[in-house]
Amino acid sequence: MDSTFIIEKSVVIVSVFAITMIFAMYSTWAERKVAAFLQDRVGPNRAGWGGLLQPLADGLKLFSKEEFFPNTPNKFLFIIGPGIAMSTALMTSAVIPWGDKLHLFGKDILLQATDIDVALLYIFGVISVGVYGIMIGGWASNNKFSLMGAVRAASQMVSYEVAMGLSMIALLMMTGTLSLKEISAQQSGMNWNVFYQPVSFLIFLICAFAETNRTPFDLAECESELIGGYHTEYSSMKMGFYLFAEYANMFISSAILSILFFGGYNYPGMEWMVENAGVNTANVIGMLALFTKICGFIFFYMWVRWTIPRFRYDQLMHLGWRILIPLAIINIMVTGVCILAFK
Amino acid sequence: MSTLLIIFYFLSAITIATAFLTIISKNPIHSAIYLVICFFSVAGHYLLFNAQFLAIVHIIVYSGAIMVLFLFTIMLMNLNKEGEPHKKWATKLAAVISFGLICFVMLAVFIKAMPVIAAYKQTGQDFQSIKVLGKVLLNEYMVPFEFASVLLLVAMIGTVLLSKKEKSVQ
Repeated sequence: MDSTFIIEKSVVIVSVFAITMIFAMYSTWAERKVAAFLQDRVGPNRAGWGGLLQPLADGLKLFSKEEFFPNTPNKFLFIIGPGIAMSTALMTSAVIPWGDKLHLFGKDILLQATDIDVALLYIFGVISVGVYGIMIGGWASNNKFSLMGAVRAASQMVSYEVAMGLSMIALLMMTGTLSLKEISAQQSGMNWNVFYQPVSFLIFLICAFAETNRTPFDLAECESELIGGYHTEYSSMKMGFYLFAEYANMFISSAILSILFFGGYNYPGMEWMVENAGVNTANVIGMLALFTKICGFIFFYMWVRWTIPRFRYDQLMHLGWRILIPLAIINIMVTGVCILAFK
Repeated sequence: MSTLLIIFYFLSAITIATAFLTIISKNPIHSAIYLVICFFSVAGHYLLFNAQFLAIVHIIVYSGAIMVLFLFTIMLMNLNKEGEPHKKWATKLAAVISFGLICFVMLAVFIKAMPVIAAYKQTGQDFQSIKVLGKVLLNEYMVPFEFASVLLLVAMIGTVLLSKKEKSVQ
């Protein structure tokens, strides 16, 4: 391993980390602004121009709040809970291709921290581990409401993971690879997977909402029934970590949705740009295209949150097990027949 | 010492320590959490073999699905320490013997597989890649693979039957 390789990868990893953090930070601001827009209010406008310094003010507030510990024998688990939630939220970004490549200093630089063969499975692995943060935190709080919230979150995430995995199988049958880099490359031009797999996209989108615990699936922190759900007993920055992890998850799942179904960094006319304007310009525009798609999905998340009311818990389970899973299995069968017929 | 060797010793220490702590700790939830850490370090061992697929599937299935459901059950059951039932000596002995027999079967499988592994080594293919793995599973080991899936299906139907509410007798 030569030092240039290590430096190159470190720069990519640090910038990916920074971008995820900045996006998560400004999602909190955007959420309030979108909520205000949808409810015909102004929203935050005191800290900085248009309230742009609001996330920093929030961070300062959360850091300087009193740290409260409930009467629990599991202090270590109580502290480690938000840590697990945050680190799993940030781990997924390692395999996401943010662009094709840049040509700098006489060598090609891949805009991806690592391109592993099983990238998609890695994402599923990290998502399935993410539930531990909520479960351990909720249990260690030594509070019945927290435990109920944690148990709800866990059963919801396990149920929707099944439908999510099945919806992915139909997509994988088409792409024939698990590497996100190759999946992005296959969608060049306007060959976006959403046109070939609309049902798969719909199931994945619904499951992504459930996995990130966003409305209409936020039963884990259902205020009217559970006070605050799994983070009832949390205060100060530990609480901030849970909230922040939700926004980081939202950013990552938007990125995955754009890469799997909306062409990733591809945009119409990318080939022409590579030939006429050079690799670097074309790929910088590609990165901007990817971030535009991600912002679109984040806006969609917020739009849904402030539009649709929360499900009842039995409706949520009914939707997951009786509608989405059979639909995903039928989708797999139809995809298989189509592949056989058209090949 | 090479870096790989250091990582190997580190992972092994974690694996063995957490495996012991799983058995020793009094609190069932702590036990389950130690077991999760143990599974993660086993996945690390798979990565040392460069078996990425196996490592990730191990994490998804064991840490992500089975242990989550397990923790879930323990949290709801609210076990108290005094009420632990003590098994009879005969039951303990039967458990040890059956475990020993399983080890024997595993050993037999490994010895049987040695010539096959040597034959695969000569082909020079990358056997950790999912493409090769899928082809081998669905061409050469088709029947055992399908039997395994039938076994899982039977287990699933059995669970559904067991958890179904009995119709009240009128």
